[in-house]
Amino acid sequence: MRFKTFSSPHMAPARSVNRVMGQVLLALIPGTAAMTWYFGWGVLINVSLAVTVALACEALMLLVRGRTLTPHITDLSAVLAGWLFALAVPPLTPWWVTLVGVGFAMVVAKHLYGGLGYNPFNPAMVGYVVVLISFPREMTLWLSPSVIAELNLSLPQTFAAIFAGTLPDGLTWDMITAATPLDRIQTGVGLAHPISEIQNSPFFGYLGGVGWEWIGLWFLVGGLWLLKRGVIGWQIPVAMLGTLTLLSGLFWLINPETYASPLFHVFSGAAILGAFFIATDPVSASTTPRGRLIFGAGVGALVFVIRTWGGYAEGVAFAVLLMNMMVPLIDHYTQPRVFGKTTAGKEG
Amino acid sequence: MNDTPYGKIVADGLWYNNAALVQLLGLCPLLAISGTVVNALGLGLATTLTLIASNVSVSFIRNWVRPEIRIPIYVLIIASVVTAIELAMNAYFHELYLVLGIFIPLIVTNCAIIGRAEAFASKHTIPKAFVDGLIMGIGFTLVLVALGGMREAIGQGTLFDQAHLMFGEAARGLTVTLIEDYRGFLLAILPPGAFIGLGLLLAVKNLVDDRLAKRAARRAEALGEARA
Repeated sequence: MRFKTFSSPHMAPARSVNRVMGQVLLALIPGTAAMTWYFGWGVLINVSLAVTVALACEALMLLVRGRTLTPHITDLSAVLAGWLFALAVPPLTPWWVTLVGVGFAMVVAKHLYGGLGYNPFNPAMVGYVVVLISFPREMTLWLSPSVIAELNLSLPQTFAAIFAGTLPDGLTWDMITAATPLDRIQTGVGLAHPISEIQNSPFFGYLGGVGWEWIGLWFLVGGLWLLKRGVIGWQIPVAMLGTLTLLSGLFWLINPETYASPLFHVFSGAAILGAFFIATDPVSASTTPRGRLIFGAGVGALVFVIRTWGGYAEGVAFAVLLMNMMVPLIDHYTQPRVFGKTTAGKEG
Repeated sequence: MNDTPYGKIVADGLWYNNAALVQLLGLCPLLAISGTVVNALGLGLATTLTLIASNVSVSFIRNWVRPEIRIPIYVLIIASVVTAIELAMNAYFHELYLVLGIFIPLIVTNCAIIGRAEAFASKHTIPKAFVDGLIMGIGFTLVLVALGGMREAIGQGTLFDQAHLMFGEAARGLTVTLIEDYRGFLLAILPPGAFIGLGLLLAVKNLVDDRLAKRAARRAEALGEARA
C-alpha cells in the first residue's frame, strides 16, 4: 500500500508497507534460525501456526468490517505480528494458546482499534501479554538449549507435544523443560543466592544464557541490517539498549552479587529482539526523532525495573505496552520545529 | 416533572437510561465484583434494595429538605440504608458477605444511587420513586449478572459457581460446568477482563440501538411514501 503525500516537494522513496514488512521479516530469519537450532522444531511450528492464524484472523476481520482483502492481507503486517508472537512464546506452547493469543492480537488489538495504522498498542505484544497472564503454566514450557540438553525432541515428537499435549513414553514435562536464564537469576536472587553462584551452572554462557546469547547476536545482525537499510531509525534501539546497559551497569557496580551484569541483561531474553523489532513498530511507537529517544529510554528503564523488582522474569512486552500508552503524550511534547518557525510555532 | 409515565420509567431503567450501560455509573463495584454470577447477583440485589429504600426516603422528605443541604442529607440516608443492609447480609448471608467484602459498604459511594436521588426521587412522588429505584436496580443487576456470567464462563468454564453462598446448601447443585477440564482463562477473571467485557456489552447495546434506529427510520420513510 502506498500512502499518497500531498503538497510538494517530496521525494518518493520506493517504500511501501509490504516492502518494509518484507525487509523486517527477512531480518528476522537469522535470529529465528538460531532459535530453531537451540530450541528445536517447536519454534518453526509455532511460527507457521501463528502466521496462519494471523492471516486467517486478518481475512476474517477484513470481511466482517467490509474491507477488501487486498492490499491489506498482502501487506505482510499480519505475517509479522504472528511471527513476533511466535518468537515470544516458549517452543512447546500448546496450539490453542497460540490460537487465543494471535486471535486476540489481530481481532482486538489490531482490528477493533481500526486496523493497520490505527492500533495504539503493538498487537503481537498484546497477544503475548494476554496469554502470559492467562496461562502461566503453559508459558513456562521453555526447553533446555539443545547444546546442553540430554535429549531433544524430533519433529514428529514436537508436533505431538504442541498439538496433542503428549510426550514420548517415559518422558515428563519436568525432564525436558527448563527455566530461562532470567528466571534462574530472579528466583536465585529472591532466595538470596549470590549471582556468581547462580551463574555457575551449564545454563549460563559468556554473555548471557547458553544459546540465548547467540540468538541475541543473530537478532542483532538482522537489526543492524535493518538500520543500514534505513527501515528503522537508530533512536529506539540505541536508547533502549543504552538505558538498559546504563541502569543495570549502575546497579551492577554497586553490588554485582545481587544485580546481574549489563551484558547479561542485554543478551538475555528478548532485549535485542525487542529493541530492533518490537519497540520499533512504526505504528505504535513514537514518531518524532526526540520522542523515539524518550520512548526507547522508557522501554529500557522499564525492562530493567520489571526484570529486577517485578513479578515476571522478562519485561520487554510489558515495557513496550506501557510506553505505547505514553506515545501520544511524548509525541505532543516533542514536535520538531517546523522550518521557518520558532520552536514555539511562531513565524521566525 | 412529576408526570413521567410508568412505562417510560421502566424502559429508561432497563434500557434507554440503564445505570451501567448508558449512565456508566457505579463502575467500580460493577467491574470489581462481576467475577462470578453469584457475586454479581449478590451485589446487584444489595444495590437494588439500597436504591429502593433511598429513593423512597428521599421522595418522602422532598418537600421539607432545603436545596442548600440536600446532598448531605441524601448521603446520610444512603449511608444509613447501606449500613442496615450490610448488617443484614452479615447476619443472613455471612459467607457471601465475606466474599463481597469492602464492596458492600462501598455501595454508599455508588454514584448511581445518589444520582437517582438527585435526578429522580427528589422530584417525583413516592410510588414513582419506588418503581424507579426498583427498575434502575434491576437494570444494574442485569448488566452485572451478564458481565459476571461472561467472565465466569470464559474465565473458569462454569456458571453459578458457589451458589450455596446465596441460596443455601440446597443450591450446590445449581453450579453448571460448561466445559469439563477447562484450563481457565485468567484474563477474564482479572480486572482487564472486566473492562473488556463491559466494552463488549456497550458495543452490543450500541449495535442494537443502531439497528433499532435504522428500522424506525425505514418505517417512517415507508409511512411517508404511503401517505404521499
